[in-house]
Amino acid sequence: MGGSKMDIRTSVSTTKMSRTKMALLALAGLAVVFVPVVFQGMGQIFMVRIMAVIGLYVMLALGLNIVVGYAGLLDLGYIAFYAMGAYVGILSAEVISHVWPALAPFSYFISLPIAALAAAATGIALGTPVLRLRGDYLAIVTLGFGEIVRIVITNDAGGLTNGAAGLPRAGQMITSPFGLQWLIDNARFTGFGLDFAFSNNLYWYFIIVLLCCLTVFVVRRLDDSRLGRSWVAMREDEVAAASVGINITVAKLWAFSLGALWGGVAGVTFANFQQFVSPESFTFMESVFIVCIIVLGGMGSIPGAILGAIIIQGVPELIRGLANSGIVKLTAEQASLIGNYRFLVFGLLMVVMMANRPQGFLPSKRRAMELAPEDEKVLAEENQSLYDVEHQTETSDHDL
Amino acid sequence: MLASTIGQQLVNGLTLGGMYALIALGYTLVYGIMLMINFAHSEMFMSGAYVGLFTLQLLTNQTIITNAAKVLPFMSGMQSARVFFTGSGFGLFICFVIVFGVAMVAVGFMGVLIERFAYRPLRHAPRLAPLISAIGVSIFLQNAVLLWIDSKAIPFPKVMPVHDIKLGGGVSISTLQILILVTTLVLLACLDTFVARTKIGKAMRATSQDREAAGLMGIDINSVIALAFFIGPALGAVAGVFAGMYYGSVSFSMGFLPGIKSFTAAVIGGIGNLRGAILGGFALGIIESLAAGFLSSGYKDVVAFAILILVLIFRPGGLLGESVVEKV
Repeated sequence: MGGSKMDIRTSVSTTKMSRTKMALLALAGLAVVFVPVVFQGMGQIFMVRIMAVIGLYVMLALGLNIVVGYAGLLDLGYIAFYAMGAYVGILSAEVISHVWPALAPFSYFISLPIAALAAAATGIALGTPVLRLRGDYLAIVTLGFGEIVRIVITNDAGGLTNGAAGLPRAGQMITSPFGLQWLIDNARFTGFGLDFAFSNNLYWYFIIVLLCCLTVFVVRRLDDSRLGRSWVAMREDEVAAASVGINITVAKLWAFSLGALWGGVAGVTFANFQQFVSPESFTFMESVFIVCIIVLGGMGSIPGAILGAIIIQGVPELIRGLANSGIVKLTAEQASLIGNYRFLVFGLLMVVMMANRPQGFLPSKRRAMELAPEDEKVLAEENQSLYDVEHQTETSDHDL
Repeated sequence: MLASTIGQQLVNGLTLGGMYALIALGYTLVYGIMLMINFAHSEMFMSGAYVGLFTLQLLTNQTIITNAAKVLPFMSGMQSARVFFTGSGFGLFICFVIVFGVAMVAVGFMGVLIERFAYRPLRHAPRLAPLISAIGVSIFLQNAVLLWIDSKAIPFPKVMPVHDIKLGGGVSISTLQILILVTTLVLLACLDTFVARTKIGKAMRATSQDREAAGLMGIDINSVIALAFFIGPALGAVAGVFAGMYYGSVSFSMGFLPGIKSFTAAVIGGIGNLRGAILGGFALGIIESLAAGFLSSGYKDVVAFAILILVLIFRPGGLLGESVVEKV
């Protein structure tokens, strides 16, 4: 291993923020709070919705970043946890409102931890058997798992999920959450050319922003923690990490369950924000989408995940939305073309990024170094999994 | 009743299995030599179907044949291209040779190009990098077809007269199924002989055993890898054309499921093992057909995914056993 450039800082947050950085952060914070309020006042509801969706994807990207960026396990079925959170959230809220009607306005807040824990439990259930698998096999198994979850939901397993028609069933509604009606009645404001009235979208936008802040805080603390450092060691060289006493099984299970937990949180919030879920939202392409956000932003980097979500989810929606509302002069055809071309561009971006800048746009320093191994031998050692070593097999030898 | 259902599903399963085997060979060839999962391989299958479709449309297009007749004297007697290519057994044979040949060559070169630009720069990168790149290629190709060709399924013209042949006991096999099975078996035998008997095949085996050492022995590693990336997609293209003929339509998303299932087939047989991939393909085809006959068809795809997960967890080396060298 190289010399001084590879020093291991036990804590990342000891570095002080510069004044400019703090000012920028404060500015971003103000924008996050006031920009949607202004849009709401201008009657541009779709902008508020787009910002809320970006927030959801920030949460998903940060959650998947725990698994892919920190622990170095490529999960191609992350959307399964999102689906789990959404469905468990809606179903448990239904039960709560049915059994204790008085609690109905709080059903989201009660179902949030339930959905999160259900997703985390699913993460452990998936993680336990697949832990010993090599990186690329793991990716394919998680893909299969994600598809199985989607197919089971589509087939209305146990009569719970209502199949392709989605939840809530026709004639049923998700109860309006606590405080929303009061805000709609009282939070009004006219002036400066704005006619502001609080809305359902704004309510969920602020909940999503709060959850994003919580996610960033937790992920940041995780990065500095003992667990976070063992993840770094593990993804860099599994065998070496195991030999200095890191319990690989435990570290991987934590990564899986914590990643899944944020998927669940995002899922239940998504379901309440949309007031509807159907299996269509949980396809393989969605999983790829989130992986793409992380690859673009930079694996293992928090600002990278946020930037990636804004670019990938935000920009195409923004252009389409602006065109629909007539702010930008584009014909409907041109606008939908931009939306359609985005996957084409993302596919190409993934290839170009891997070849030229595998560390992403806003990389984490450590990860950038790992992605450029010093020589073949180091690479081969780092690629070896614990399972291979324990079973004394030579993975590079094959007979056709 | 039960016996005839099982028998019929076995025939269908063999046909399906033949297609899976053809695709699985592409995964296993590349994995054996490069140790990477070529996620974009399912799009080679899809591209093959499209190239086959377009070639067929060209061949049965009247103006083109009229012009060709001016150059090629033997075609001048033909009144209609459709009649020439679909009227007689000989014409149909020529037609298939051209369609499959064009599909194989075009998609094969596509595979070589993809390797050159998407995977070769990543040969010394960590293992996940080429996989992510391959996913990118797959998404790009799917959306390229969706945007530039058609977002809806295109019907595949019926050129071959298909009739069912009774095998007795209520089981029948169609002429198309026979064609698929025979062609598949011939191609598989050719590939097996090629890898086992020829000098280039020997170079491929050497490269898959130890890339570095093979290079030191004077084998041009780059051309061996390029060859693997030609043969695999070419075989996938054949499966794609068959799928178009068998299911009667092609679409941009037709590659995803057969791709994953064929990967499963390669894993069942022990990825990196050619004969294993063939056996795995047939095994998976039969299992899936039987499952479709007896389970609800909604869960048909779950069977393949479940098998994939179970095999990877319990026998990551495949059922036949990976040919790995035990270190002492």
